[in-house]
Amino acid sequence: MKSCDKKRRWHRERQVRTGVVLFGAVLAVALLGPSLAPHDPNALVGVPYGMPGEGAWLGSDYLGRDVWSRLLAGGLSIFWMSLSASLIALAVGAVIGMIAAYRKGPTDQAIIWSTDVLFAFPDLILVLLIVSMLGRAPWLIVLLVALAFLPGVIRLARGITLGIVEQEYVDSARMLGFSTGHIMLREILPNAATPLLVHLGVMLTWAIGMLSGLSFLGYGVAPPAADWGLMINENRAGLIIQPWAVLAPVVMIALFTLGANLIAEGIGRINARTEDA
Amino acid sequence: MASSPIPAPSPQAGDGVPQPAGSGRAHHSPSRLVWLPWLGKRLLSGLATILVISAVVYLGTLALPSDPARVILGPEATDAAVALLREQLGLNRPIPVQYFDWLGHVLRGDFGKSLDSGVPAMEIVSDRLGNSFALMFLVLALNTPATFLLGVFMAVRRDSRLDRTLMALLIGVKAFPPFAIAVALIIVFSTSVLPIVPAVSLLDPALSALAQPQYLVLPVATLLLIVMPFLTRLIRAGMIEALDAEYIAAARLRGVPERRIVWRHAVPNALAPVIQGIAMTVRMLLGGALIVEVVYSYPGIGSALNSAIENRDIPVLQTITLLMAVSVVVINLLADFATVLLTPRLRTTAKPQLSSGAKARLRLKAGGV
Repeated sequence: MKSCDKKRRWHRERQVRTGVVLFGAVLAVALLGPSLAPHDPNALVGVPYGMPGEGAWLGSDYLGRDVWSRLLAGGLSIFWMSLSASLIALAVGAVIGMIAAYRKGPTDQAIIWSTDVLFAFPDLILVLLIVSMLGRAPWLIVLLVALAFLPGVIRLARGITLGIVEQEYVDSARMLGFSTGHIMLREILPNAATPLLVHLGVMLTWAIGMLSGLSFLGYGVAPPAADWGLMINENRAGLIIQPWAVLAPVVMIALFTLGANLIAEGIGRINARTEDA
Repeated sequence: MASSPIPAPSPQAGDGVPQPAGSGRAHHSPSRLVWLPWLGKRLLSGLATILVISAVVYLGTLALPSDPARVILGPEATDAAVALLREQLGLNRPIPVQYFDWLGHVLRGDFGKSLDSGVPAMEIVSDRLGNSFALMFLVLALNTPATFLLGVFMAVRRDSRLDRTLMALLIGVKAFPPFAIAVALIIVFSTSVLPIVPAVSLLDPALSALAQPQYLVLPVATLLLIVMPFLTRLIRAGMIEALDAEYIAAARLRGVPERRIVWRHAVPNALAPVIQGIAMTVRMLLGGALIVEVVYSYPGIGSALNSAIENRDIPVLQTITLLMAVSVVVINLLADFATVLLTPRLRTTAKPQLSSGAKARLRLKAGGV
């Protein structure tokens, strides 16, 4: 069995490496792209739905803007929005979940029950509803995506903490008279960190999917911004004439999520003690 | 890093949905209905959740920056006329009064009239409900057996080249956001490469959706691709765990044929999480339906919800969100009930412990649709 485990681990590590390469490449495009774009992403450089050719090797979009320039400029928004939504969900959810598990009793019940209420709404529908009510300011969208992820993080952090609270070293810390805050930060959090960080990666992939889905439905970043999800929505009508305007952002989004997914899942599977998946 | 004492997201841990209860056959003890009080409690808490959800939906849609009176009368109406209609619609009453009034009507099956067309909201929704239901029914009917066979197959062939390839494929498919899958399928199957099915689902309203299969192909295929990876991996993981159990090793030592070990000993014990997995799939389908129906212009509740949001048609919005949220709660309830009844260890205790842990992890795996 030993060699089998080793082989399995090797495959998982290769999976993580592939993920890092993919994610890193798309990230480089997202971060450096805006300064590399040959044209202003909002400049009209060709005819609407112009075919790929001289000067615009991915053609032009429904208004005649350069697809390649918009592709280079359009990754930044989705990157910072998905990252901050996941980070906010992780930070807030971990605190609430740890408190629930540590306090137990009615606090715990109330928290769990409210996650149940939130959970009854499919994530995308929850975000879509509130965005349609309150407007599509980027920071608002970020907060709402974080809200949709919150029940999951709370449940995860609570589950992990419930296991840790019963450990002897937590009891000892309590008996030595350390404060609750100290115990949570110094005893519980370090031991809960790995699964929470893996979940951060998983949430990142969901956030990318959800944000691009929102842009696609017309509730994400407002035009005329260059944004991958928005590009797909805008150019969908010309799919038959100029597929590149849709295909290019689809591929970028897919590579981005695939990379994040491979990293998160790979690390998760390497760390899982029992053979999960 | 690797030495954290708590291996959190492992499907092991004693907190969760049914672990294999040995070779589980029913213990017919005299108190066969011990789980009845549990069911009562669970039903009550489900009802309370639904009540809170209705309040959330009502208050949430109330916050929409639009005035129903203004929507009905149009932008040209005088302020006096709008104020009068507000009075007639009872929009000047305190919000709790309005909520309970609305709830009372909803309980009698009256969801109000569409602000857009004046048709009762329920009528608009029920027309489309059948179409969405046809879609989801087809997806579930195809997804459940397919993922089951695939998951068992992959678990039996665990770590072989085929298993690894399929696993990579599943991870790859999951990386595509739902709308990207839909757009990709349109590109391949209805525009450029192999144009064999229509890109837009213009259902004939006079016929049942199931009678017009050409319009169902792409929506069903898209939803299948969205939900398949989750259940397949769930079944695979459950089967791997079941096959690793000591009683399987014992059965092998006794020379029980491998086929019998898989289907008679491992599969029954890997089944319990599948029920919860199907419930999760339904929730994913509700979220996915929105995107898929919009992309293919499929006349279901998802696209109805989208246009209700666009038109700020509050009654229709309330009806659809409420229906979706309530069905998630009801399906979860049914899944819990089925899990308890099908798991001997849970069926025979007065306090079946099936909450939190394992279920929470399931939700996490199902992920953000």
